[in-house]
Parts: sequence; structure tokens; C-alpha cells
Amino acid sequence: MSGDVLGTDISSFVARRVKDLAPSGIRKFFDLVASTQGVISLSIGEPDFTTPWHIRDSAIQSIKKGYTMYTSNAGMPELKEEIARYLKRSYGLEYDPATQILVTVGVSEALDLAARAIIESEDEVIIPEPCYVAYPAVVNLAGGTPVLVPTDSSTFEPVPEIIEENVTSRTKAILIGSPANPTGAVISRRVLEEIADISIAHNLIVLSDEIYARLIYGAEHVPIASLPGMKERTVLLGGFSKAYAMTGWRIGYAAGNRNIISAMTKIHQYTIMCAPTMGQVGAIEALREADGDVSSMVEDYNRRRLFIVNGLREVGLSCPEPRGAFYVFPSIRETGLTSDEFAEKLLTAEKVAVVPGVAFGQSGEGHVRCCYATSLEDIKEALTRIDRFIHQQG
Amino acid sequence: MLNEVLKILEEDARRTPDDIAAMTGLKPEEVSSIIKKAEEDRLIVKYKAIVNWSKLQDEHILALIEVKTSPEKETGFDAIAETIARYPQVNTLYLVSGTYDLAVIAVGKTLQEIASFVTQKLAPLEGVQSTATHFLLKKYKEDGVILEGGEENRRQSVVL
Repeated sequence: MSGDVLGTDISSFVARRVKDLAPSGIRKFFDLVASTQGVISLSIGEPDFTTPWHIRDSAIQSIKKGYTMYTSNAGMPELKEEIARYLKRSYGLEYDPATQILVTVGVSEALDLAARAIIESEDEVIIPEPCYVAYPAVVNLAGGTPVLVPTDSSTFEPVPEIIEENVTSRTKAILIGSPANPTGAVISRRVLEEIADISIAHNLIVLSDEIYARLIYGAEHVPIASLPGMKERTVLLGGFSKAYAMTGWRIGYAAGNRNIISAMTKIHQYTIMCAPTMGQVGAIEALREADGDVSSMVEDYNRRRLFIVNGLREVGLSCPEPRGAFYVFPSIRETGLTSDEFAEKLLTAEKVAVVPGVAFGQSGEGHVRCCYATSLEDIKEALTRIDRFIHQQG
Repeated sequence: MLNEVLKILEEDARRTPDDIAAMTGLKPEEVSSIIKKAEEDRLIVKYKAIVNWSKLQDEHILALIEVKTSPEKETGFDAIAETIARYPQVNTLYLVSGTYDLAVIAVGKTLQEIASFVTQKLAPLEGVQSTATHFLLKKYKEDGVILEGGEENRRQSVVL
């Protein structure tokens, strides 16, 4: 297939800002994984549990009862009320469901809307990295400039001093994720307080991605919105995919100042209309009845987390203990390979898929992301293979 | 930590102390001694496999038998239950509420074997008023495990 039609290079029609968007490093790698047989994959950031049955059943019943139409643009009122109740009972945060909460198609949409709602051309958004691959992309697509700053190289927490050094007159927002993909780092209250101080001092918005909030192990999840003076300037982004194993349902939400939520809702109603009705029904059930399911999944992830951290350290990879999400981010510097080389060679030699850290930004170089949301047997076998691989490198 | 070790073993009794240690942050020796103590205390009663016998030709026959009894003054249902529990054909025995008293799960090689156990051993026992025998036709789920048609991993590759 040629890109040329009647002498025109069709690719020239693709907008510059899309053309300039770097293809996700993970995409490239997944194509390679997909073409290899018998791979043990620690690369997919998705729960290996299916959605708890009662949540599925609630959606099935709703379809039977005829809940097949649009909902209000901002989401079903019952769901927004449940989200408000959840944020209140978990963190003492109070949002008005009618004006301060928007239901979206996953956190991904909420993040995109938030970026588009606040960013003017060439506004800067400070993003500590390594970070989720979409963060810089959504800022670029909104016409802004992502300013990527390194996190602490041992804890992967943002470094407030570095954030502050990068604040300019064009800085509009700070975008953080905690617990973090790809590192599993949980930002401590102390660091959040310093980030809050910076955002207040320089009058910045904080976009806070808290999709992994409930997957936390022996640490405290602090929504930055709960810190003094922060509720109005924070857009809290949450969702159902990870904690309730509801990735395919595509339901997320944003909570924040009514002006920003209303601006986001405007974009949402023109581009999306509303989040899927069946997904919203499932999300209501999740918030009402699934706390027990979440606890037992978290218990299970925790066993695998301890197992994989222990295993990686035993094969000689240094590995800070991740306190959240379902990722570990071991250092592979000892091997003398770049993260791209490590991931590619490990895949070819031992058929284990991990994601090169550099896919999450330059500060991710020297690391790989392993997702432990997979069976303990697979984790065990993967560790055996990684051990063999590392010793062959030496 | 005892509970955590027991939960892991209940899910998979073949986990080694080394694995359990790695999953809990305990030392392997600590795990071994927790398990040993749990076995001694009969907290862990037995290790067994869940077998899907229907995949083989020499299938076992299972029956759920409802037993109505007349409880004794001193010992209530315990004496009759303990007698019934001794028969090798009795795999599981529960005291239940409702329209009958004891739920017996009996196992045998043939229908005949179970039928003769009920008519010749169980029903004539002193204290047994009546029995109703239900032969099991198909097992769908056992000990929390769906035996067939479970869910496979449907994950597709996705950028995240």
C-alpha cells in the first residue's frame, strides 16, 4: 500500500502535533511480544482477575431491565452520589455530586479532559518521571508543553525542589500519579505537602491521577486534595479499572472545583456524550458492595508483590520496595545493558516480557517494569528465567 | 501471620515453605514451624487434591442423604452422628437446620453399593427415623473451584 494518492502524500494531512507525538515505547515492544511464542508476560498493566461476579451480574440485570440509553452527560446521579460518598468515607473529602463530579470513560478520558480544560497554547505542565506513558502525550495534544523532571532515583517520589526549580511564568499545572505506574511508588504525605506549598505559592493546578489508590500495601494513600488549601486547585482523577478489576468497563471520574468540572463536562458532552450506561451501573455496584472483593484482591497482590521483590533481589537486581499499584521497577544497571537491550534480549533469550523503563521517560533508563498481576507460577518461572539470563550476561 | 499462611495453603496446599516465606516476608524456618504447629493443633487437618473424577471412566458415585433422627436425651445428635461418621462410605457429615437433621455425603463405586449402605447400614440404625437419598448427577463446583468451563485469560495487548 502506497501512501501516495494522485501525487499527494496522504500522510501530510496528519496534523503536526499528532505526527510529533512519540509512539508509545510499550506499543513497539508489545508488537515484538505478540510475535513471539510461549512468552511469560510481566508486561501488561492489568489485573489478572475478572470483575467480581456480582458486579457483572448487576450490569447484566440492568441490560435485561432496559438500561440501554444514554445517561446524563456528567454521569448517572446515583453513581456520582456513590463516588462522593466514597471520597468522603475514605478520605474525608466533600464534593457536591451535582456540580463537582464528572463520570468519564476511564481515567484516561478524565486526564485528557482536565488537560484540555486548563491548558492554553504553550502552557507548561510539570510532570515527574518516570511516569505513565499518556501524561506527556495528553499535555502535547492539548497544545501545552510537558516539562519532565526526574523523581528521586531511589524512592521514585517527586522531588519538590526540582519541581520548584522548573516552575516558570508559563507553568499551569503539576501532574502527579500516586501510587505510580511504572514504579509502584507512593508519594508520602510530607512530599505531597511540599508539592501543595509549591502549587499554592505559584498558583498552579494539580492534576492528581489516583487510579491505583486502593492498591496499596502498608502505606497511606493521601489525596493531595485533602491537604489544606488544595481541594479547589486539585483535579482528583479516579476510576474503577484497577481496584475492582474492571478495565474493560471503561469508567473513571474527575472531582474538583465546579468551574473546572463544568469546563471538562463541556468537552465531554461534545466528544463523548456520556460514559457507557452498563459500565456506570457496574460501578455503582462496585462502590456499594465490593469492598470485600477489593480487600481479597489486595491481599493476593501483596503476596505476589513480596514474592517478586524477594525474587528479584535474590537474582541480584536491586529493587526498591513498591508500596502501591502492581508494578516493581528493578534496576538493571548491573547488567551493563540499556533497558531496551535488556527487555529485548530477555524476550529473545528467555521469552520473558518486561517493559523497558525508558518507555516511561529518560529517568526510567536503567530499570524495567515488571507487573505482578499474573499467576504466582508465572512469576516464579519468570524469575528462574531472569536469573539464568542475568548469569549468562555476566 | 498464622492466618496468612493458612490462607495461602488453603488456596494451594503444595506451596513450599520457601515460597510462602517469599510471599509473606517470613523466614522459611518460621513458616515451617507455623505449619508444623498448625498440623499438631489440627488447624490443618489434612492435605488433599480436588479431583475431577468425571474425566475418568471409573467414576465414583456420590449421594447426598438426608437423615432424620431422634436425638438422645444426654448426647443430642452427637452420638448418632459419631456412629454414622465411622462408616467408610460416609465422606462428609454435617448437622443441619431445616426439615432434616444430618446431611450425609456418601461415596461408592456403584449405585448398588450406596443403595445397600443406606438400606442395610444407615436406615436400620437405632435413632434414624427416615432417610432420603439424592444421587449426584454432575459436579459444577467443588471447594470454591469451578470444575469445567472456567474463565480463561482474555487479556489483549494494550498500551498502558
